Amino acid sequence: MTEIPEHLRKRAEEARKKAAGAAASSGDAPAPAAPEGGSGGGEAESKIPAHLLERARKAREKASGGGDEGGGVTTAAPAAAAAGGTATAVATAAPPVAAGPGGHTQRLLTVVKSGSIQDVKATPQDKVHVWPHLLAIEFVASLLCLAFLLVFSIFVNAPLQVLANPNLTPNPSKAPWYFLGLQELLTMFHPMVAGVTIPGIGLFALILAPYTDRNPSNKPEDRKFAISIFTVFLMFWAVLVIIGSFFRGPGFNFVFPWQSGLFFDL
Amino acid sequence: MAKAMEGKGGGPAQKLAELTDRVQGSQAWGSIFRPGSIFRKGYTDSPRNRSYVIMNSVLYHLHPVKVKRHAVKVSYTLCLGGLSFFLFILLTVTGIFLMFFYRPEATSAWNDIYRLQTSVAFGLLVRNMHRWAAHLMVLSVFLHMARVFYHGAYKPPREFNWVIGVILLTLTLLLSFTGYLLPWDQLALWAVTVGTNMMGYTPVFGNQVRFALLGGAEIGTDTLLRWYVLHVLMLPFVIVIFMAVHFWRVRKDGGISGPL
Repeated sequence: MTEIPEHLRKRAEEARKKAAGAAASSGDAPAPAAPEGGSGGGEAESKIPAHLLERARKAREKASGGGDEGGGVTTAAPAAAAAGGTATAVATAAPPVAAGPGGHTQRLLTVVKSGSIQDVKATPQDKVHVWPHLLAIEFVASLLCLAFLLVFSIFVNAPLQVLANPNLTPNPSKAPWYFLGLQELLTMFHPMVAGVTIPGIGLFALILAPYTDRNPSNKPEDRKFAISIFTVFLMFWAVLVIIGSFFRGPGFNFVFPWQSGLFFDL
Repeated sequence: MAKAMEGKGGGPAQKLAELTDRVQGSQAWGSIFRPGSIFRKGYTDSPRNRSYVIMNSVLYHLHPVKVKRHAVKVSYTLCLGGLSFFLFILLTVTGIFLMFFYRPEATSAWNDIYRLQTSVAFGLLVRNMHRWAAHLMVLSVFLHMARVFYHGAYKPPREFNWVIGVILLTLTLLLSFTGYLLPWDQLALWAVTVGTNMMGYTPVFGNQVRFALLGGAEIGTDTLLRWYVLHVLMLPFVIVIFMAVHFWRVRKDGGISGPL
């Protein structure tokens, strides 16, 4: 729904009041307009060719004679409207070119609110400008991230072990941390199952998640099953990665890091 | 002329203000900074200028001019998607620096890294940043996925953007994994050996997959070159394309998802 702006509404109200005041003193208001309309009508009359005037006069006569005929009404109506408040004999006779009150050639009949003729589907949303509201947050977030990385990098060095030697297998040999869950699965399953089938199914299930979850709600209380499944999925990998990272020692055997130390490099 | 006369009476502060005024009013300045730039003459905080800041900047117009109010709540997004992108940019910048000092050959790779750490200004720091940012990016992409799932933000109309997101996660892992080999130390060699051995168990054409990935039957100098090209050129190229689609779809699908 569109509201009429305050200043326009006020202006319309004032105009309405003025018009009401004019109507109350009905004798006064048309008076100043009358000579204007009269003279204007006179001028217009003089400019219109005689044969056209004759035709108009005939049509008017015919209309009044023919009663409530459609054509008659339409021709008569503009003439009456043009004459407006100054319903003098001259104006009535004149063709519909005379100005209305105050010299206006058009006037506002009504204001149609947009809601009454349009079905507005979009409801207004509470929005903010991206600059400065969002950009400022993003800037601070990236600065904090950069500061953390910089400080961390000053104090903690990336590992660089001795030159690669294909003939010397370290014990234990571990994959990068994000693949340690898979390596952990290797201890339980056939390599094809652990290395290809399970991660393949996991990835496929992730991709299909929006197409299998037909529940349209995004409220947590409506999606207990989806949330449970996903949490189990996350925890499954997190636990496997943690075990593979911290609880696996020489020979990829289970150890406690507080007893045997860490066998983990980032 | 009259202005210059007045300027004579004023102190250096006024002279500076006058100079700033003249520079900002010049044609060159106006041609560099588009309307709405905060460096432009007469920038005021108005809704029009706030819109111009976004519309007239090649970087910022990733964003719409306005977003829903809840979308700027840090507690909703935790900035995870944006930080992943920021880390990607940081990795690109530090990675280019590292490329100046690195040759992907088995005979020189380790020495190049060692030399970078010991005799290049900021070499160690930049390498550290590259390494930690890479781990952090894997983590932030992963957490971003979790956040999106828990908000149900993959639901229509955002299904396909979720699929692109899963592809991006995979590409992030591959980028990290290909970079893992490049220092050519014991850690790199054997981590990659363990990782690629698993791929060798792909059914039917497992050995072919492994051969194509390693550029041979065993990890060697060919593998190093192959993974280097994947790491610095091909995978970044692919991931940028997917990221572009990802960001574009965020806007086309109606901005970030609504509150719970």
